[in-house]
Amino acid sequence: MGKLLSEKTKKVFLGPLNKNNPITVQVLGICSALAVTAELKPALVMGISVTIIVAFSNVIISLLRNTIPNSIRIIVQLVVVAALVTVVSEILKAFAYDVSVQLSVYIGLIITNCILMGRLEAFAMANKPWASFIDGLGNGFGYAWILVVIAFFRELFGSGSLFGFPIIPEKLYEWGYINNGLMILPPMALILVACIIWIQRSRNKELQEK
Amino acid sequence: MNVLKKYIDKIKPNFEKGGKFEKLHSVFEGFESFLFVPNTTSKKYGAHIHDAIDSKRTMTAVIIGLVPALLFGMYNVGHQHFIAIGETVNLWQTFAFGLLSVLPIMVVSYVVGLGIEFIFAQIKGHEIQEGFLVTGFLIPLIVPVDTPLWMIAIATAFAVIFAKEVFGGTGMNIFNVAIVTRVFLFFAYPTAMSGDTVWVRTKSALGYAGGEQINGFTGATPLGQIGTAEGTMAQITDTLGNPIGFWDGFLGLIPGSIGETSTLAILLGAVVLLITGVASWKTMFSVFAGGAFMGFIFNLSGFNAVANFPWYMHLVFGGFAFGAVFMATDPVTSARTETGKWIYGFLVGIIAILIRVLNPGYPEGMMLSILLMNAFAPLIDFYVVDANIKRRMKRAQLNK
Repeated sequence: MGKLLSEKTKKVFLGPLNKNNPITVQVLGICSALAVTAELKPALVMGISVTIIVAFSNVIISLLRNTIPNSIRIIVQLVVVAALVTVVSEILKAFAYDVSVQLSVYIGLIITNCILMGRLEAFAMANKPWASFIDGLGNGFGYAWILVVIAFFRELFGSGSLFGFPIIPEKLYEWGYINNGLMILPPMALILVACIIWIQRSRNKELQEK
Repeated sequence: MNVLKKYIDKIKPNFEKGGKFEKLHSVFEGFESFLFVPNTTSKKYGAHIHDAIDSKRTMTAVIIGLVPALLFGMYNVGHQHFIAIGETVNLWQTFAFGLLSVLPIMVVSYVVGLGIEFIFAQIKGHEIQEGFLVTGFLIPLIVPVDTPLWMIAIATAFAVIFAKEVFGGTGMNIFNVAIVTRVFLFFAYPTAMSGDTVWVRTKSALGYAGGEQINGFTGATPLGQIGTAEGTMAQITDTLGNPIGFWDGFLGLIPGSIGETSTLAILLGAVVLLITGVASWKTMFSVFAGGAFMGFIFNLSGFNAVANFPWYMHLVFGGFAFGAVFMATDPVTSARTETGKWIYGFLVGIIAILIRVLNPGYPEGMMLSILLMNAFAPLIDFYVVDANIKRRMKRAQLNK
């Protein structure tokens, strides 16, 4: 493995997980982060789907990068992404129908996810397939972990459950505890993203804007 | 007073840099400036602004203005309670029940809010800011009496952190902190903040009184009643089903959030705010004007029960008066230019009535309307200032 994950590749992989996170630092893909994080399950599926699509579209574009004419590169990128999105969407419909219903248009909208176009333009067009694959995985995971963390808190406090299983004991409800309805509403996802950004920046001073 | 001052001066070195309790310096400073006027006001001569009033004095004026609404609110809580359980008691027992019901809410609101304020002051190395004095007083007045204390604690913490501290603390907030608390409660725990069972307490207050609800009692607020009424005309009633009108709303012996029911008590507070110059009469007046105007327009169309609710009734029922006097005039979050205050207030009034009439889900529109206009206040100010610059620029060029 030593050769596969050289210092540079490691950086490519770990960067997006923390200091170059697509959501909290580059502030991309916020829309879907608000839309699919009311529960843990769709958030996880969304995270995995985006990871797969970013990684493979990165590889494909990277392989094609020397043959794509510069003037039509966006169209080529879109075609590749759209093909992969369709594949993922069909697989979800076949094997996880209720989740795909829950995610509704957001799987289709991965095409317009800024993270994808960003990685293709910024990385895959200029790097070799293996590095592009690692970069795609890194960004996908960077996106996915934020989604999962937000969904964890939203589902736990908003519905009192995790992955649909009730977590908050019945006893607490008898004592008068009520689930927080605001957690289910999209604004709370934004506030949770803000909290993650807050914690991240107070731990990494170099991320703070002057 | 002198003894206290001497004592404070004596223990002061302990809290300064290098002292024993250095870590608590912001707490100490907070208490010191709470007890005594800071000795840094400017001299009474010279060409500078030398008003001796600081933000603490401003806050105190608002607190004094809120006292009538609080006292009346406490009385009304007791009054509604004893009607609901069908007992007749004297004035002091009524008031005592209200006191015991409202006091815990106030304690929770202050402990949580000031606690967070102290922690942030400590982290940032600032002085403790006085802003929460008023917010902590407002919160108990704008919630239903039966709101569980833990909800108040969470909502207060949320509002102080996300509506105030992240923007930079007192004086920097875009949104009114007390209203954010109320909105958080409203959206997070709708079952505890609306309906007809939360406004009147039937259980005991810290073990005092309490009992079974009598037959024929209904705890819906007047606005709740017309909001859910069928047809285009509705008669509002008190909790026992007797019809009520304008003067009942003005006096305020009706169910509602603790401090909002009595327009009379609120107007007493308004007098205090206007005399001390803390609140702007322009904002206050234009909120009422906007509400009356919009109410009147809806009266003309009259397509549902709320639209048919006479415009003057809109002004005395629900949180309209309270919002107009204490919330819309908040000097931090409202418009600051003089023309801006007219526009801002008028729109607050209009939007409040719009929400009441057009959205059956929200019988009360005041908090949402003020919050919305809070967001627009800087924009209004910007264009007022801009228009002024343009006007004067034109004049300057004409004279050339």
